[in-house]
Amino acid sequence: MRKRTWGFIASGLLVSLLLAGVVSGFASADPDGLESALREGCTVDAEGAVTGGDCPAQREQEHEIGGPLADYGVTGIADDALATGLSGVVGVLLTFALAGGGFWLVRRRAGQQTTGDGDGAAQPTSAAGVG
Amino acid sequence: MEHLAMHISNGIIDGPVAAIFAVIALAAMALCVQRGRQHLDDRLAPMAGLVAAFIFAVQMINFPIFTAGISGHLLGGALAALLVGPWVGALCVAVVLTVQALVFGDGGVAMLGLNITNLAIIGTAAAYLLIVALLRVLPRTPAGLAVTAFVSALVSVVAAAMGFVLQYQLGGAVDLGDNIAGLAGTIAGTHLLIGIGEGLITAMTVLTVAKTRPDLVYALRARGPVASTPIPAVGGAR
Repeated sequence: MRKRTWGFIASGLLVSLLLAGVVSGFASADPDGLESALREGCTVDAEGAVTGGDCPAQREQEHEIGGPLADYGVTGIADDALATGLSGVVGVLLTFALAGGGFWLVRRRAGQQTTGDGDGAAQPTSAAGVG
Repeated sequence: MEHLAMHISNGIIDGPVAAIFAVIALAAMALCVQRGRQHLDDRLAPMAGLVAAFIFAVQMINFPIFTAGISGHLLGGALAALLVGPWVGALCVAVVLTVQALVFGDGGVAMLGLNITNLAIIGTAAAYLLIVALLRVLPRTPAGLAVTAFVSALVSVVAAAMGFVLQYQLGGAVDLGDNIAGLAGTIAGTHLLIGIGEGLITAMTVLTVAKTRPDLVYALRARGPVASTPIPAVGGAR
């Protein structure tokens, strides 16, 4: 049973890595529903940059951190599909490690008594809450 | 190809409103840890990690929505609620958003509470309420599960988008006045189309898991929303 579950997890992780690492290169580059609504009233050039008009998107400010993987790229790698795929692979592994690790740490251990609604036994650590 | 940010960026909603929603999000996530913990056993914990990783991956794949120049992508609330339940599911989406804000510069760190409120809390809650209702009335067949997944995913996307409209009304950077209705209409329209994509991806994924490992689908488990009924025979499940 346990072995089968870990086999399923491994297959799912492989699918996720292929989606983030390879299929992501074929994703639409158009702005999503939120971004496009915030650009209503503005003109946008071929590169996707706001050039004029009046819209909420003009108020967008710099991100606090940025970092080498900002915007799902990799600093120093010019090939867009490669950079997106690499950052996607890092993101999948990081998300799995943080979420899986966090959930594993707060899980109900075998034989552990929980009260009816589980409130009594819950002692969540602050770190586990938002990864 | 510039890969665009897909969550609320800094500067779009003012600081005080963002701070209020950060407090709301933090309190809700603490409750989710407390309530979700009773479901998190040796089997669900790694599954929940996988669900978070899968949502991160699929969110990267923007799809066209048959409206020129606009794309959509998975939000994941319905998928998470179906596979690991509402409490753990909301935490999965929150972890994805946190990783995206801290490591990928997607969604301002100051805006994280707003994004978690919309996608992790409203999206997952709306989906779960529908999942419970639909699983009660629909036949317990693969088709019934698919319809449940499709409808709950579609509605959850529109609900999450309306969460943003509310936040924008409370603290939007540009005072739109009466045009807030226009923004609401635009966002509702595009997210209805995005919701169709979300519904298809969610239904396809849940049916695939239900066929191979029905015991790993929270919504089909005895401890899930529809207690006392046995796991339905989905496809070739043993």
